[in-house]
Amino acid sequence: MTQRTGRDRYEGLQVPGYDIPDEVKGNVIVTTLNRLYNWGRRNSIWPMMFGLACCAIEMIATAASRYDLARFGMEVMRPSPRQADVMIVSGTVTKRMIPLIVRLYNQMPLPKYVVAMGACASGGGPFKEGYNVVSGVDKYIPVDVYIPGCPPTPEALLFGLMKLQQKIEKQSLKDVYLQKEEYIPEPILGPDIMDPRDFPLIREYTMKKLQEMQGQGAVSG
Amino acid sequence: MTTLVTVPDIETRFAGVITPDTRKGYQGYIVEAEHVRAFAKALRDDYGYDYLASLTGVDYLPEGKMEVVYHVYKSTGGPGLVFKVQVPRENPVVPSIVDIYPGANFQEREAWDLLGIRFEGHPNLRRILLWEGFWGHPLRKDWREPYFEEEGKPFSSRWPHGKHFHHEDKNPFGKNVDYPPGFDPYTWEPDTADEILYQAVLQRSEIRDDLRTERVVVNLGPQHPSTHGVFRMIVTLDGETIIGLEPVMGYLHRNHEKIGERNTWIMNIPYTDRLDYITAMANNFGYVLAVEQLMGVKPPERAEYIRVIMAELTRIVNHLWAIGFLLNDLGAFFTPALYAIEERELILDVFEATTGSRMMNNYFRFGGVARDIPEDAWDKLVQLVTDRLPRKVDELDRYLTNSELIQSRTIGVGVLTAEEAIAYSTSGPVLRASGVPYDIRRADPYSIYDRFDFDVAVRYHGDVYDRYLIRIDEMRQSLRILQQAVKQIEQEAPRGAPILAGKPQYQVRVPPGESYGRVEAPKGELGFYVVSTGKPNPWRYHVRAPSFVNLTALEAMCRGHKIADVVTILGSIDIVLGEVDR
Repeated sequence: MTQRTGRDRYEGLQVPGYDIPDEVKGNVIVTTLNRLYNWGRRNSIWPMMFGLACCAIEMIATAASRYDLARFGMEVMRPSPRQADVMIVSGTVTKRMIPLIVRLYNQMPLPKYVVAMGACASGGGPFKEGYNVVSGVDKYIPVDVYIPGCPPTPEALLFGLMKLQQKIEKQSLKDVYLQKEEYIPEPILGPDIMDPRDFPLIREYTMKKLQEMQGQGAVSG
Repeated sequence: MTTLVTVPDIETRFAGVITPDTRKGYQGYIVEAEHVRAFAKALRDDYGYDYLASLTGVDYLPEGKMEVVYHVYKSTGGPGLVFKVQVPRENPVVPSIVDIYPGANFQEREAWDLLGIRFEGHPNLRRILLWEGFWGHPLRKDWREPYFEEEGKPFSSRWPHGKHFHHEDKNPFGKNVDYPPGFDPYTWEPDTADEILYQAVLQRSEIRDDLRTERVVVNLGPQHPSTHGVFRMIVTLDGETIIGLEPVMGYLHRNHEKIGERNTWIMNIPYTDRLDYITAMANNFGYVLAVEQLMGVKPPERAEYIRVIMAELTRIVNHLWAIGFLLNDLGAFFTPALYAIEERELILDVFEATTGSRMMNNYFRFGGVARDIPEDAWDKLVQLVTDRLPRKVDELDRYLTNSELIQSRTIGVGVLTAEEAIAYSTSGPVLRASGVPYDIRRADPYSIYDRFDFDVAVRYHGDVYDRYLIRIDEMRQSLRILQQAVKQIEQEAPRGAPILAGKPQYQVRVPPGESYGRVEAPKGELGFYVVSTGKPNPWRYHVRAPSFVNLTALEAMCRGHKIADVVTILGSIDIVLGEVDR
């Protein structure tokens, strides 16, 4: 079976088998709705205006004149999550901030994408061992593209965003628009950050710890 | 270089109450806890030490003591004085000095938050970087983080055997969390809700008697385009006038100090880059100065010049950024910032060619710098400082300074008087715009700043406009220093001269003792208080961050202004959250 390339398909479309009026020639494009729609979608991704740490500075530099994010249709940064398509998590995610990030993520309309920019957002980075640091934003919200670097250079951010564009291009409209709104419960700040989905596990863990302590106390006492 | 002094007169006056600190490598006085207020008051009123630079705590676990360390200086310049209060570890209570030095406010709260030292008489002793209800005080030496591995690096799992593992696999939750024994999330009641905070702010706000309107609490941030990161403010309004403001921070608390105490000395250099991530080189400078004081090494001539050149370029980068984004906050959305970022990129090119990184340079070493500036980058640098940057600073000045819109939004807004500026321990452009000509490069010279001819920029109105103007002035002065430095370095220490004292080392030997290294970072006084016990890791690594302390004055600046001015005033302080929250 020979692989049909895009070019073959295109050439096939040139000869429909009936006459085309001259005024229409060269003015009609036949494509799938999917491709047309995704072409529009991927070239008008609006990021959320939301900087966390060092990487945000490089994000701003990417939006500025030398690197010019506008070439990719992404210069429209929106401070409101309701108007944003992609959340660029630019920097260290702390335990204190993660409930708000999850809330912002929940407020974004579908289809939504998350880019973890830099080592911290991807996996904790140099601050991973810190007591107030979430080791990777993907512990709480799904991530589409990870960009390594500390901080990633503007070129690296652009590359990551181009990867996101490729991902969008491959998506099918059916999957995108029929996907269900998934609400992620906001973590709660207790003695440490608590994911409500983990509550049974937390109780099991702390009770076991208490028993161990009492057991030790009984032995030494 | 900072040499802390002792005052003989004060020893006789407070005989029996204070004793000189005789531990090896330590300086200053140890004051009895119950007399610290009288001592501080005498220092401020009778001896002229009116500027509290740094207040922090140290946990001396083996001795069973908590120590609070105060660094005070004279706002007229000269060396400072350090005094300490020692209290037992089990119940550390120290009288608060907030009413004597209002600049101690946030710093005492931080010491309570991270070390659990209770300051008696503090008006608002709540946690500041962590949240109310957090389990434990993390900077205590016996407190362990969930991903705890060993007391100090290098961890034996990583080096020399390289059998590293993922902490996620060992934690039952697969996350960076731990909970106290017996804790039940189902019956747990939150200690603090935002409503409690809002009520507290509302109660503290003054009531104006002439016209009573309903007071409204407005929350700004932490995700807000004008807060320069993840900063949050709770503002009480009477109509549109601000009657109370409470900054809430800690949304970027990355545990620099805890990680810094696990790291070896040299490992902390790249971490300092990430404090104030716009001015990485200046942060390196402060830290290596503090450690060099302990080690007693002196960098060679060429390294000193390169350090000054890099620090001053960093200052220009910072002020360009600050001006661009102040204008952003004023509503000139992004156009001035684009002009500023364009110049910043050119300076970053020089940084990248020299250090390999645009922002996180990791360039300074104890006793020198990591590598020399390459020749082509040097040519670019000389061209920048002699030709392009002076023109561009003039251009910014020409476009912005006389703009009627900017003047009407900024003149007379956010006024901080000279007395208030000193009392709140503000530093850098905020202090100098209020008419206090205090610049550490002059007041307490370090490195080779005494060789250059430059003026300390000062403005006298203390409003947002002056804080904008002073940044233009300072860029011009920095360019003056740079122009002299690029000339002098060719004569004094041409290319090929050593740039590092001694051999490059992975593990430096730091003799026991304490040291406070401070530099005039672009945002103000950046101080590093380090304590060494002679081990490979610092016992205490504290960062006195200028943005954090400058925020103490925010409420005083904002009160009485309109809600729209808060954004401008915050922009004029020029905070970076990496440094505020650390």
